[in-house]
Amino acid sequence: MAKITLSRLRHSYFPNPAGPQDYALKEIDLDWDDGGAYALLGPSGCGKSTLLNIISGLIVPSEGSILFDDRDVTGLPPAERNIAQVFQFPVIYDTMTVFDNLAFPLRNRRVPAEKVAARVKEIAEMLEVTDMLQTRAANLSPDNKQKISMGRGLVRDDVNVVMFDEPLTVIDPHLKWKLRSKLKELHQRVRATMIYVTHDQTEALTFADQVVVMQEGDVVQIGTPVELFDRPAHTFVGHFIGSPGMNVLPCAVRDGGAFLGDTRVTLEGAVSADAQGDTQIGIRPEFVSLATTGLEAKVRKVADVGRHNVVEAMLGDIRVNAIVEGAAPAQGETVHLNFEPAQTRLYNDGWIATEPGEAAQ
Amino acid sequence: MQKRSIIPILYILFLLLPIYWLVAMSFKTTGEILSGFSLFPQTWTFDNYRVIFTDPTWYWGYINSIIYVSLNTVISVVVALPAAYAFSRYNFLGGKQLFFWLLTNRMAPAAVFALPFFQLYSAVGLFDTHLAVALAHCLFNIPLAVWILEGFMSGVPKELDETAYVDGYSFPRFFISIFLPAISSGVGVAAFFCFMFSWVELLLAKTLTAVAAKPIAATMTKTASSAGYELGLLAAAGTLTIIPGAIVIYFVRNYIARGFALGRV
Amino acid sequence: MKTVNQRAWFFVAPVLLLVAFNALIPMMTVVNYSVQETFGDNLFFWQGVDWFEKLLNSDRFHAALGRQFLFTGIILAIEVPLGVIIALAMPRKGFWVPVCLVTMALPMLIPWNVVGAMWNIFTLPDIGLLGYFMNHTLGLNYNMTQDPLAAWITIIVMDVWHWTSLVVLLSYAGLVSIPDAYYQAAKIDGASSWSVFRYIQLPKMKQVLTIAILLRFMDSFNIYTEPFVLTGGGPGNSTTLLSIDLVKIALGQFDLGPAAAMSLIYFAITLLASWLFYTLMTRNDAR
Repeated sequence: MAKITLSRLRHSYFPNPAGPQDYALKEIDLDWDDGGAYALLGPSGCGKSTLLNIISGLIVPSEGSILFDDRDVTGLPPAERNIAQVFQFPVIYDTMTVFDNLAFPLRNRRVPAEKVAARVKEIAEMLEVTDMLQTRAANLSPDNKQKISMGRGLVRDDVNVVMFDEPLTVIDPHLKWKLRSKLKELHQRVRATMIYVTHDQTEALTFADQVVVMQEGDVVQIGTPVELFDRPAHTFVGHFIGSPGMNVLPCAVRDGGAFLGDTRVTLEGAVSADAQGDTQIGIRPEFVSLATTGLEAKVRKVADVGRHNVVEAMLGDIRVNAIVEGAAPAQGETVHLNFEPAQTRLYNDGWIATEPGEAAQ
Repeated sequence: MQKRSIIPILYILFLLLPIYWLVAMSFKTTGEILSGFSLFPQTWTFDNYRVIFTDPTWYWGYINSIIYVSLNTVISVVVALPAAYAFSRYNFLGGKQLFFWLLTNRMAPAAVFALPFFQLYSAVGLFDTHLAVALAHCLFNIPLAVWILEGFMSGVPKELDETAYVDGYSFPRFFISIFLPAISSGVGVAAFFCFMFSWVELLLAKTLTAVAAKPIAATMTKTASSAGYELGLLAAAGTLTIIPGAIVIYFVRNYIARGFALGRV
Repeated sequence: MKTVNQRAWFFVAPVLLLVAFNALIPMMTVVNYSVQETFGDNLFFWQGVDWFEKLLNSDRFHAALGRQFLFTGIILAIEVPLGVIIALAMPRKGFWVPVCLVTMALPMLIPWNVVGAMWNIFTLPDIGLLGYFMNHTLGLNYNMTQDPLAAWITIIVMDVWHWTSLVVLLSYAGLVSIPDAYYQAAKIDGASSWSVFRYIQLPKMKQVLTIAILLRFMDSFNIYTEPFVLTGGGPGNSTTLLSIDLVKIALGQFDLGPAAAMSLIYFAITLLASWLFYTLMTRNDAR
């Protein structure tokens, strides 16, 4: 197990990148602690797979370096990095039995036979595949195949990091949560550093201790699931995480305050001085409530999503979602919206531009 | 360049050497050929080609070959299309046995059929026609076309058919305007293979023709034996037979890898 | 699942008609001849299974059959491994891929008698490129019209030249269909290049290799034109393969009865061997 450091990492697939738009990965500096569970979250094409392949050694970055426990491994091939990777769809060796599949990474490293047998048995028990050990891997169902691929990653006890590249893509929905909790359980048992790449917020937030949200080659925020939800550092994070995502309302900034039309909106704290660009107010639907006074809006649609109602109201021509417990207004009704001040933030050019106030704890 | 590239390079060199020699030979005069060894033509001559393009027995050989090969390709693909569809979509009584029986015809040695074909096509009055050769080549080309097309069609999800029916398409309209475009590369590959095997086959083509539909390949063998050893002329004729194949490969170059796997990869 | 639909027979009817016309009628003619004797003038006498008995006991047939199996065995043993090696060494993407594929496919599109004629010109002792090289540069005594061994080597090299590309192209198609993740996983698992071949590439190529071996077996077993044009079956009978012998008997000597009996036995062997190959090679899939 190891601590992973990414230092001034950049990567472009072009030999001579002309500008930032040519970089699949813009400058990244990161420290990941030994034994942690991390997730890389972002839409497809955001650079998360590139980053994963750089860590595993399948791609050599254009600039910067990767350190495992302060040892520079940037130039090392995958086999010498002592890492394991689980791919999007199950990669198994069809002609081998499940046992041989699990033993393969160990045998290639000339681990003695008794130790191989013991280790495979242990992993098979963890994955609950002991009764399949003698079947040919080609005959397994997709979720069991994916378990075997995971097993091959976990079977070595000397790996620095185990990486998962959207491992649940091909798994049936009703088996997804099962494998997901299995994975979490495995992490608690083996305490290996794990990196989980996904575009699915639920997978990332349930698996990881810390989530790295990426967009267009940039890391936009690193934080615990709670931090990402409570105080998104960028409108993209607010929008991408949560269902529905954070409301982002264009606003004007005057006299150190934010205005929606003529109404001044109370924010969590002081507005930073350089908020001169494209400014927006961000507030999650969970913290918008219906009140007797406040911003006047017209209800456009009400969706009953089970535990609560999602009210979609039009504030002029801006759409605002509010999550309402209990009785919901009817369509076309005029309501008043109240924003919880401690959860109302200003964003400047996408980035957060308010100081955390006292109200924000 | 990687070290292992040397293997394909050597192989391609090996493939090109005899072809080079044939082409080089075709530009040499008969005197130069017989007088001894020379790596390149010492005196370039186009006489051999001139003979072929001016003598009707020569150039008609090409035209005959191209006629029956095209005819065969069209017949094989058109007839194989519905059959391949049936094999890829339906289970029917005797279907599996029929498919296997079709393939056994691909295994039949052409030599076995030479004499009976001669008698059969003479009996039905088709001897020495382009149609006779085109039909005879169906023996091995139709099974092949069915096999290839079935492979490609099985790769198209059945939902495509069902969606089209739900949308109110009739079968013929669905087949022509939706299904065919979906397997167009398969049709191309099947046509390529039919062209190839019809173009290169000689034994049946020679047996079934005498004068009017005689293929170029047969003209060559007869010239080789009757008119003495006109190596230059023979080489020129041979060189010209490579060209149609080369043109056809060029057109399917992007499908070649998948095509040779008969759509099954 | 496929639907059960008997109307499918309408779809296959044209194919059935055309192939049956080409296969069944001639086959019946052959069967008919195989049990009769003729002295010309369309006079036929019932002969029973005599021709079959005679043929199966004749040394000439045994020798031709032996040569046929030897030839097919040798070319399979050379072309299959060679084809796989070349496919493995080929580039996977880039400009050179179509160039390789097109030049490699070229020999297969040359009419078979031109292939024979081309190799004849290529190997002529004093004026052919290969013949000159062997005799004058290497100082060997190479003349395939006189030396049976030279004739054998020449037809084998010719067949390797002509058909190895089929194995290459099929194997290549199998190789490019392997997703990159397999190679990446193997790298991470620390697999040697031999392991990659043995556990990833070979299993993925199995299906196309089955097709390749079957096609190569059938076509080499039925080969006629190229060796006939190149050596005419000589020197002596040394390169008289089954179909050359068959055509000699049928069209050369017009011994219709024996030729027909031979055709049937020949076809039966091809079918049986192809079926054996196929079941052997696909046996593991059933499990």
